[in-house]
Amino acid sequence: MAESTYLEAIRQGLFEEMERDPNVLCLGEDIGAYGGAFKVTEGLQARFGERRVIDTPLSEAAIVGAAAGAAHMGLRPVCEMQFIDFISCAYDMLTNYVATARYRAFLPCPMVVRGPSGGYVRGGPFHSQNPEAAFLHTPGLKIVYPATASDAKGLLKAAIRDDDCVLFFEHKYLYRRIKEELPPGDHVVPIGKARLAREGRDLSIITYAATVWKALEAAEQLEREDGLSVEVLDLRSLLPMDDEAIVATVKKTNRVLIVHEDTVTGGVAGEITARINDLAFEWLDAPVKRVAAHDVPLPYAPQLEDFVLPQTGDIVRAARWLAAY
Amino acid sequence: MAVTSASKPAAPPALNRDQLLELYYYMRLTRSLEERLVNLYRQTKVVGGLFRSLGQEADAVGSAYALDRSRGDVLSPLIRNLGSMLVQGATPLEILRQYMAKGDSPTRGRELNIHFGDTVRGFIGQISHLGDMVPVMAGVTLSFKLRREERVGLVYVGDGATSTGAFHEGINFAAVQRCPLVVIVENNGYAYSTPTTKQTACTSFKDKAVGYGIPGVRADGNDVVATYQVTKEAVDRARRGEGVTLVELMTYRRKGHAEHDNQSYVPPGEIQRWSSENDPVDRYIKILTESEGVSAAELQRLDARVVAEIDQATDQAEASPAPEPLDALAGIYADPPATPALWYREGVRSAVDQHERAQGWGTHDG
Repeated sequence: MAESTYLEAIRQGLFEEMERDPNVLCLGEDIGAYGGAFKVTEGLQARFGERRVIDTPLSEAAIVGAAAGAAHMGLRPVCEMQFIDFISCAYDMLTNYVATARYRAFLPCPMVVRGPSGGYVRGGPFHSQNPEAAFLHTPGLKIVYPATASDAKGLLKAAIRDDDCVLFFEHKYLYRRIKEELPPGDHVVPIGKARLAREGRDLSIITYAATVWKALEAAEQLEREDGLSVEVLDLRSLLPMDDEAIVATVKKTNRVLIVHEDTVTGGVAGEITARINDLAFEWLDAPVKRVAAHDVPLPYAPQLEDFVLPQTGDIVRAARWLAAY
Repeated sequence: MAVTSASKPAAPPALNRDQLLELYYYMRLTRSLEERLVNLYRQTKVVGGLFRSLGQEADAVGSAYALDRSRGDVLSPLIRNLGSMLVQGATPLEILRQYMAKGDSPTRGRELNIHFGDTVRGFIGQISHLGDMVPVMAGVTLSFKLRREERVGLVYVGDGATSTGAFHEGINFAAVQRCPLVVIVENNGYAYSTPTTKQTACTSFKDKAVGYGIPGVRADGNDVVATYQVTKEAVDRARRGEGVTLVELMTYRRKGHAEHDNQSYVPPGEIQRWSSENDPVDRYIKILTESEGVSAAELQRLDARVVAEIDQATDQAEASPAPEPLDALAGIYADPPATPALWYREGVRSAVDQHERAQGWGTHDG
């Protein structure tokens, strides 16, 4: 069987779910005839028509709001944010309307908001963002952020089938850089379950999205150069978060490094740290440490972007410090 | 602002005598139910704010009456559209339980006042962020269009909400998609304390329709039949697949934004003028008795029915239980069904268990 890129895996997930369920439809800017800014939805409108693959005005709040209304009536809309940076334009709709609908009004809101996220691509401050932390604080939303092609497909299918709103962040750096043979058949990855990306004994790296690959690179280097056995836990889902998997890896290695690409202050790592403190404090042999982006808007120039974002070398240095603690 | 008192010809052929009396019933029910809520508010039995629609009953009732409930039409009300919800089938008991935060209220004590909905009866609960229901109703009506259902949606905004981005995005989206949607702008003169002259440089909100490529019409919102007619035309147009209409209804908010508001910003005499010269219930009684041959006794019977219904609903609502505190944690998601109580909350043993000292001391053999 042929290998599929991360982007192709997402497209396959969309095709399969639209084939399977006539209630699934896509809404977004330039997603129809043009196939989307990154061509994720290419071929979708030709296959399913303009009624199910809808080119919208440049209106993120209306895209999300209309998706909510359609979802109330039994459809399962998938919204594309052309870049996930623009999800902030729909922040009110998502946090005030969508996230509360089931709780306050018993209105189901089965919908997905997906879009290209993340940096390492010279996109500058408004085409590189990782907005997951802004939504982690909102009860009523679910958040997934896959690192592999297989998980991208399987989690998208799970997100579309979920009865609540799922924010599906796709890392654009990974779109065409990674590929793998996808599992055959109806491949669905459950939301809320982490994936052990690499087993280890000495130290755990808890991460998600593009930095999973940097953590794996770092783990190889640490094994080669330091003889350290590093475990890498790919969270895949941030809301709900897999506490069991987090506690299991803490109990196993007793040293934890949390890595994410988003800025450090108020980032997801803080929440993970608090959970470890709550659930596994006595299993720690060292303080929980974070490797994340510096607290600045992401700059454009390669020299600046590379300095601000976490790199493999940063993970290696932090892991050595932690291992020696 | 000027008092609008031009009234259209009495009854359109479409409305028969029973329907005309039904309009009166809903207007009276709206007004009397709110008066009962004021009493309960003063007794501190309404635990939150109270929002009145005094003087606006005609525009809420007349516009909602233009929808076809048998076809599954859906509306999304605004805070001053209690009348619209009653027309769609919301009951006084539900409204009273909502305001009194009862456990058997439509939202089980989660939301306030008339913020609740029922997709079966055809009304969708609003949120406080004004304008947000326009994109949502664009999506509701988009689903009608996609499924080729001959259903229509109606969404209310006030003069204030037309200044929001959500209003603009939603009405534009619906216009482009030719959704079967009617957008009602209730121009009641004020958004909280802000007069319309500080809300827009347009002379009329209906003029905004031009920018969206849709028809904009304006009617006297204190004339219940005129309100019905203008909305009915827009509803029929939507049902024919001709898209969105913006309907501006001219009315006046005689009470403050909410019950606490002393309306210090209103020019002297303005409220009194609307009350004495342009009360929608008084105007309608005049039409019914002078042009429709309805007797005062008939109206009194309807008034008595309204009072009896509200009395009975009040008794039931007062006897309703408060919500169970743990219900606060249920139903954020379909799955999981509830979020656990936090560990320090008294009497919630299971959560505390998780935080008891772990076995072993954090080594590899632990």
